Amino acid sequence: MSAVRDLVIVGAGPAGLAAAAEAHDHELDVLMLDEQPEPGGQIYRSVARVAERRPADVSFLGADYAHGATLVDAASGIDRRQGATVWQIGPAAKDGTREVIWSQDGRAQRVSAHAVLIATGAMERPVPIPGWTLPGVTTVGAIQVSLKQAAIYPTGRLVIAGSGPLPLLLAEQLRAARIPVAAILDTTPPGRLTAAMAHLPLAAVGAPDTLRKGLTLLRARDRSGIPVWQNVSGLRAEAGPDGSVTAVRFRTSSGADERVECDVLALHEGVVPNPQLTRLVGAEHRWHEAQRCFHPVTDPWGETTAAGVFVAGDGGGILGARAAEGSGRLAALAVAHRLERLNESALEFWATRWQMRRLGERALRRLLDALYPAPDWIAAPDDDAIVCRCEEVTAAQLRSVAGHAAGPNQAKAYLRCGMGPCQGRLCGLTVTEMIARVQGKTPAQTGYYRIRAPIKPVTVDELASLSEETAA
Amino acid sequence: MMRFARLPNPGRSRRIVFQFEGEPIEAQEGDTVATALLAASAGATRTTAVSGSARGAYCMMGVCFECLVEVDGIPNRQGCLVAVTEGMSVRRQAGPAVVLEDAP
Ligand SMILES: Cc1cc2nc3c(=O)[nH]c(=O)nc-3n(C[C@H](O)[C@@H](O)[C@H](O)COP(=O)(O)OP(=O)(O)OC[C@H]3O[C@@H](n4cnc5c(N)ncnc54)[C@H](O)[C@@H]3O)c2cc1C
Ligand code: FES
Repeated sequence: MSAVRDLVIVGAGPAGLAAAAEAHDHELDVLMLDEQPEPGGQIYRSVARVAERRPADVSFLGADYAHGATLVDAASGIDRRQGATVWQIGPAAKDGTREVIWSQDGRAQRVSAHAVLIATGAMERPVPIPGWTLPGVTTVGAIQVSLKQAAIYPTGRLVIAGSGPLPLLLAEQLRAARIPVAAILDTTPPGRLTAAMAHLPLAAVGAPDTLRKGLTLLRARDRSGIPVWQNVSGLRAEAGPDGSVTAVRFRTSSGADERVECDVLALHEGVVPNPQLTRLVGAEHRWHEAQRCFHPVTDPWGETTAAGVFVAGDGGGILGARAAEGSGRLAALAVAHRLERLNESALEFWATRWQMRRLGERALRRLLDALYPAPDWIAAPDDDAIVCRCEEVTAAQLRSVAGHAAGPNQAKAYLRCGMGPCQGRLCGLTVTEMIARVQGKTPAQTGYYRIRAPIKPVTVDELASLSEETAA
Repeated sequence: MMRFARLPNPGRSRRIVFQFEGEPIEAQEGDTVATALLAASAGATRTTAVSGSARGAYCMMGVCFECLVEVDGIPNRQGCLVAVTEGMSVRRQAGPAVVLEDAP
């Protein structure tokens, strides 16, 4: 076994990259593991290569995207492994260290660390409408990251259906790249502006630039000439003769049924923390009503209730990319302090700037959470909608056991929901909310799936390589 | 029918040729298996274990597992996380995927 690392960072998005740069500044011995082929995470997907090889594309992806290249650069001094999927973080040993196990190039490897930072970010909230499993139905984020990573775009009729800042941003990026959009179905319920007004003053002080950009995006969409339907509900994707999506049906604000033909349907109802690793280590989670998802409970530095395991970025609760950098830096500072590379006053000194920034981003987020709440139908899918994509369990099937299942884990035993390869990532929140609703409980009382290692498929060869290996 | 195209300004990206179901497919530097298959408009890339229905990539970020393919003989690889390399052999995945645990 090689020496114990000071810090293992999982995830090379803004949170992980900023944490790596900060940790490097304080001379921590860091190993960074990320499962994408390139650093950048979701917002800055592939940014270093795109800036170097396809500089013309950066102009339509925007200045916010270009900023990611400086982050990748700032973290260049550390030992970073791409294509490395972490599937186990073990319990704390007697000396407080934990073992982290990952797979890379068909081989599993492990390392021990004094601290682990989970910076695995967010995922788009599951949108269980009838037909969401059809080929051609995808997400707004998927269209966007594919455009960044590979400069590809749908050539047919693209319909964007959903709510939140990300659909607005995608619409603008597509407009700038001259890629047509057939229609936008905005599922934001009516009356949100009034509800959000209370949060406007603090957001305007805390994050004025982001707020200004958001308003510009909204105006650009409404002037783009793309047909926009407001207050849409009752989404339903329809299959064509070839089995892939051919149209989307929906209810308009006046209650009329409409149908729009499409070749690609991109859904989006906000993002939620990717819960796998924080759940795996047994950290306590709390239901966040405004964001309608679970957040891991942390101290102000990001340490979870699993000692020595920190979380930074959107994996700890949705605050956006700028706040992700801040929380990554704060976690790295806390680890440096604990390992005696920083004294108390230096810690306070370095932390202040990032704490201030986080306050500003929190104010903005309260506004966004109020403007774009997850719609209520998310928790009440139509009976024929598939809830668990892997095991093809419908909402009707889940409802039939929801009354007497003790919780999500028992529903899993009855129906196999959450037992496929995605391990409940795409049905966990729906199952929790549906059971809670039927039983008249809160999601917090209902709980969530128990998550176990390995959190990604592992081959027998990979397991065998683990027992032979000499450590990273 | 879902079709994708590549923006016309490839910059200095290299071309890569790999095999899909035994046929050569041209990809670009930076492609994952999933983006390359979308660019080639390959359509659905797996069928489900339960009903045999067709699925295509959904999330493009590693969480949905709809992009599962066989890469160089190894099944259950997430196409959206695997970088395409010259000469790589990719096949559709039919039916059973891994079950990671047998009891909840
Ligand atoms: C598809 C998508 C697109 C988005 N696009 C934008 C955008 O354009 N603008 C914007 O403001 N916000 C966007 N967001 C919101 C996003 O959450 C950002 O705020 C930001 O990316 C969060 O940064 P992060 O560092 O917390 O995580 P991320 O940027 O998500 O980075 C997490 C990294 O961890 C890796 N990872 C996850 N699990 C593992 C594992 N088990 N082992 C190893 N590595 C792992 C991931 O591959 C990823 O590289 C997007 C979100 C999604 C889901
Ligand atoms: S497309 Fe969702 S995991 Fe690859």
